[in-house]
Amino acid sequence: MIAFTLATGLGVPLGLFMGWSRKFKDYAFPILETLRPIPILAWVPLAIIMFSGFETPILFLATLASFFVTSLNAMLGVESIDESYFRAAGCLGSKKHHVFWHVVVPGAMPFIFTGLQISIGVAWFSLVAAEMISGDYGLGYMIMDSYMVNKYVSMVMAMISLGFVGWGTSAMVRWGGNRMMQWRVKALALEGR
Amino acid sequence: MAVKEKKTTRKTASPAVKGRGAISIRNVTKIYDPEGVNVMAVDNCSLEIAAGEVCMIVGPSGCGKTTLLNVIAGFHPLTFGEIYLDDDLLCGPDKTLADQGADRMVVFQNGALFPWKSLIENVAYGPTVQGILSKSDARDKARDMLSEAGLLDVADKFPGEVSSGMARRAEIVRALINDPKVLLLDEPYRAMDALTKSIMHEALLEMYDRTKVTIFFITHDLEEAIFLGDRVVVMTTRPAKTKKIVDVKIPRPRDYKLLSSEQFRLLVEEAKDAVHEEAIKAFEAGERELA
Repeated sequence: MIAFTLATGLGVPLGLFMGWSRKFKDYAFPILETLRPIPILAWVPLAIIMFSGFETPILFLATLASFFVTSLNAMLGVESIDESYFRAAGCLGSKKHHVFWHVVVPGAMPFIFTGLQISIGVAWFSLVAAEMISGDYGLGYMIMDSYMVNKYVSMVMAMISLGFVGWGTSAMVRWGGNRMMQWRVKALALEGR
Repeated sequence: MAVKEKKTTRKTASPAVKGRGAISIRNVTKIYDPEGVNVMAVDNCSLEIAAGEVCMIVGPSGCGKTTLLNVIAGFHPLTFGEIYLDDDLLCGPDKTLADQGADRMVVFQNGALFPWKSLIENVAYGPTVQGILSKSDARDKARDMLSEAGLLDVADKFPGEVSSGMARRAEIVRALINDPKVLLLDEPYRAMDALTKSIMHEALLEMYDRTKVTIFFITHDLEEAIFLGDRVVVMTTRPAKTKKIVDVKIPRPRDYKLLSSEQFRLLVEEAKDAVHEEAIKAFEAGERELA
């Protein structure tokens, strides 16, 4: 959960800036795109070296994974905003910060929330993977442990539980998204969706 | 009022009626350069628009009329020429890109009401961000103006929830609340059915009669142009130049009964040949919408 919050907190602003400012994007995007494809598990040794303790490396890994997804989506979200809205805002006398808060942020929201749904799944995935490798507890550990002692039933149970938890958190994100984007929900409803 | 091609380089006040919202377009040329192929969108176009005039621009698709609007609004820089608003230089050789501003409000072709704000929030946006009115004052004024436009019932709804006619009317209110000198409309009713369009026309005329803002209105529809306008400027196909200007000396307020009058028919005839000629040229040149 913490990882998700961190990733969102970092990823969303970064993505928004990359979408908004061409210059910023030219610097940041290549770095991001090179780092992004590295599988999370490949980061494990580095994480263990960088962070002491047990929980922290896992936190780092989960945050990292979510972060990439979120920032990419945020950036695409900004880029998806129709040029007319920016022009209209300019005509109406907006200063740059108005444009950011009133056009860029709300306009990118649908993309951001799609990204968040994916990223929370990703956070879970990394968490479980990390637990499986190096854990002492948690559902991931339970899966591996059950496998080792041939208790397949509990292994499958753990998997199903993971599925439920994942669904639950995704649903929470969706619910939050719908609350924040009433305008979209209503517009889609009129179209019959 | 015939308009002669002006080759002048005067920097003094425009010869158009001084007042609020007189636009003087002088020898404006706009050349795009997509992928290194120079595309001349506007060619040495000159036009004087009096303050408070409804100036309709008619021409085939892709001829460059939207470009002209974009230059006036400050979305694109011009290449040559000058544009004056009243006595102030909007853009010229030293300053090719005009500032965007609330004195020249634009209503966009496909509508640009912010979908994430309710109608009333959209309308109140302009004065609020310009710091002219406090948030609550802006909201009150917005409510009043929406009510004048017959939109009070839907003021708290989002643009996605109301019909396109209502949304377009709200967009015009959003523009007018800023008390602009000029209203720039880029084929705002293009995507509407004929019935909605006629209601929109009457709504626009009604708002015009109240505010007397200068209107620069781009359209394909010659009848719409004659019905709404004081002057109809027929543009050539790309690159755009003024081809013919028709004065519409029909008194205001106007209503839809005008459409079947003899006077109207004669005006349509006067302009139709010019428009048709350009339409054929454009079709043969395979024009696509630019900008």
